[in-house]
Amino acid sequence: MTTPVPQNRVAQWIEYRLPVFSWTNKHLIDYPAPRNLNYWWNFGSLAGFMLVLQIVTGVVLAMHYTPHADHAFDSVEHIMRDVEWGWLMRYLHANGASMFFAVVYIHLFRGLYYGSYKSPREILWWMGVIILLLMMASAFMGYVLPWGQMSFWAATVITNMTSAIPWIGETVVTWLWGGFSVDHPTLVRFYALHYLLPFVIFAVVFIHLWALHHRKSNNPLGIDIKSDKDTIPFHPYYTVKDMFGLGVMMFILLLFTFYMPNVLGEVINYEKANPLQTPAHIVPEWYFLPFYAILRAIPDKLGGVVAMAASILILFILPWLDTSRVRSARFRPIYKWAFWVFVVDCIALGWVGANTPEGNFIWIGQVTTGYYFAHFLIVVPLIGKFERPTKVPESIHQAVLKGGEGAGEAAAAGAAGAAAAPASGEQS
Amino acid sequence: MRRALLAGLVIGALALSGGQAAHAAGETADVPDQDWQHEGVFGSFDRGELQRGFQVFQEVCSACHSLQYIAFRNLVEIGFTADEAKAIAAEYEVEDGPDDEGEMFDRTARLSDYWPSPFANDNEARYANGGALPPDLSLITKAREGGADYIYALMTGYEEEAPEGMEMADGMNFNHFFPGQQIAMVAPLYDEAVEYVDGTPMTLEQHARDVTAFLSWAAEPELEERKETGLKVLIFVFVLTAVLFVIYRRVWARLH
Repeated sequence: MTTPVPQNRVAQWIEYRLPVFSWTNKHLIDYPAPRNLNYWWNFGSLAGFMLVLQIVTGVVLAMHYTPHADHAFDSVEHIMRDVEWGWLMRYLHANGASMFFAVVYIHLFRGLYYGSYKSPREILWWMGVIILLLMMASAFMGYVLPWGQMSFWAATVITNMTSAIPWIGETVVTWLWGGFSVDHPTLVRFYALHYLLPFVIFAVVFIHLWALHHRKSNNPLGIDIKSDKDTIPFHPYYTVKDMFGLGVMMFILLLFTFYMPNVLGEVINYEKANPLQTPAHIVPEWYFLPFYAILRAIPDKLGGVVAMAASILILFILPWLDTSRVRSARFRPIYKWAFWVFVVDCIALGWVGANTPEGNFIWIGQVTTGYYFAHFLIVVPLIGKFERPTKVPESIHQAVLKGGEGAGEAAAAGAAGAAAAPASGEQS
Repeated sequence: MRRALLAGLVIGALALSGGQAAHAAGETADVPDQDWQHEGVFGSFDRGELQRGFQVFQEVCSACHSLQYIAFRNLVEIGFTADEAKAIAAEYEVEDGPDDEGEMFDRTARLSDYWPSPFANDNEARYANGGALPPDLSLITKAREGGADYIYALMTGYEEEAPEGMEMADGMNFNHFFPGQQIAMVAPLYDEAVEYVDGTPMTLEQHARDVTAFLSWAAEPELEERKETGLKVLIFVFVLTAVLFVIYRRVWARLH
């Protein structure tokens, strides 16, 4: 273990004035992390890395991009053709957005599976939801910047949603646009906000981590850290594990960036924005598809917008909708199934969102939308009431030292066969 | 193996005949998959093909289509010498100015000039083309579903006569692969449309392949650098990740 107080005199001088050394030690080196974190716990740091990568590539792109309705598209081609490594920066940034959402979604579903949103991590969870909302706003506005056909029409469709607000809707839309249609003023304000929001995300990430380090990480068993035996120092154990995870993620991201940089995009966005010609199909990027499906599932415009907003806002109250006091789905035989059904439901929503709302897609979209909300409002609260959780281990180290996580889980499941222990005491 | 091959052939034949049936019904045909040298991990462009494709573009397409993101200097990238590129530029006039007296003037194009558009603006382009706007071609293989395969299919997908029972609008031409199967563009390529000097057969298919390869380059001039760099980077990241995995396992082996 490193000593909190540095020996070097310059370091001591700095430490006395700004405790960077003891702070680093406390939060990155000796920081006690549960010893049983599995690979699903890699995704938080991966999301953090993606944020930094998006900011770095984004700042470079901003140096060569022109936020003007007449020049934006041309300036993107200038980046692709004339700027040294410009194509790499742009493809990294565009595919990086997808990678960012992919890791954040996995991170979020990790939280759902292992009950990471439950007491005492509600505020930590809220910060995560706020980050997700900010990411969505950033991604949407970033997508508008190349000013291609889909940029323009996506901006038109999405901003038009606010017109559904009773009475003031139309005024709000005009205000958002800075005019009477999506045009140059819209592009410039989206650019300004697209540059600003990542730094706001950065600040919220800081609060997210503050809350995390205050109450420490949840873990696959969902039980609290009870003694030093339950934890290991963050460095070197999780630094090296995070580095390995980073390598895997970068391999995937770079595979897309170098060899299929446009597969996730829409071909029509390589045509300049044309306000007089609406594309045959207006579809958002893949990471918005489930929400797009929810928006279109409701036949009423305002209803659709409300449902779409509610689909994310509902996450804020999830800690109270879930009535079970057992965190990890490992010990929740019914919730475990409900979780996977919910995952399938979200994927089905994405599939519906990618297709034109005709024929069977209409009712499939409505059923999957209905189930999305039913999961939170009916399934989760009821399971908490009626489910009999299996026996939760006494402590992390006891479960782990029986011979690894898998064995710990098997032992717990075996012990649970007869009588399910009431989930009390264990969780606080 | 043989059986699988046979089954594949049968399915392929069925798919093709299905495609033919769809034509009759007036639906756009599926674009057949073509092999391109620039596809795949080791993909690169054939300079000879690019130059022939450029010739097709210059002698045929450029009469109506612009290529706004390609400058004469870029021609060096497809294997022309700087002098050859200068000579090509010198065939064109571009507007420059204002001069010292405030007048705009025409001058011979230089390497730094972009490919001149055949029309002054979209309205002129539409007026000259029966109301249809010939799209700019510098991103065309990226801006169409099916990419290079689609462009090749479009070039070779014309029929002199529309199938029986199909009503063609005035001035439209039948093409199997264009959405709606009615396209304003007259079949631009045919056998010996362009005279090659390198002995390459001057067939419609060859012209179409060459010009499609050229347009693929015009849309993605970074393709070769991207794929070469990508291979090195991915090998490096793969090895690094493998090493990190070993380190991770060894560090964690200390734990009990």
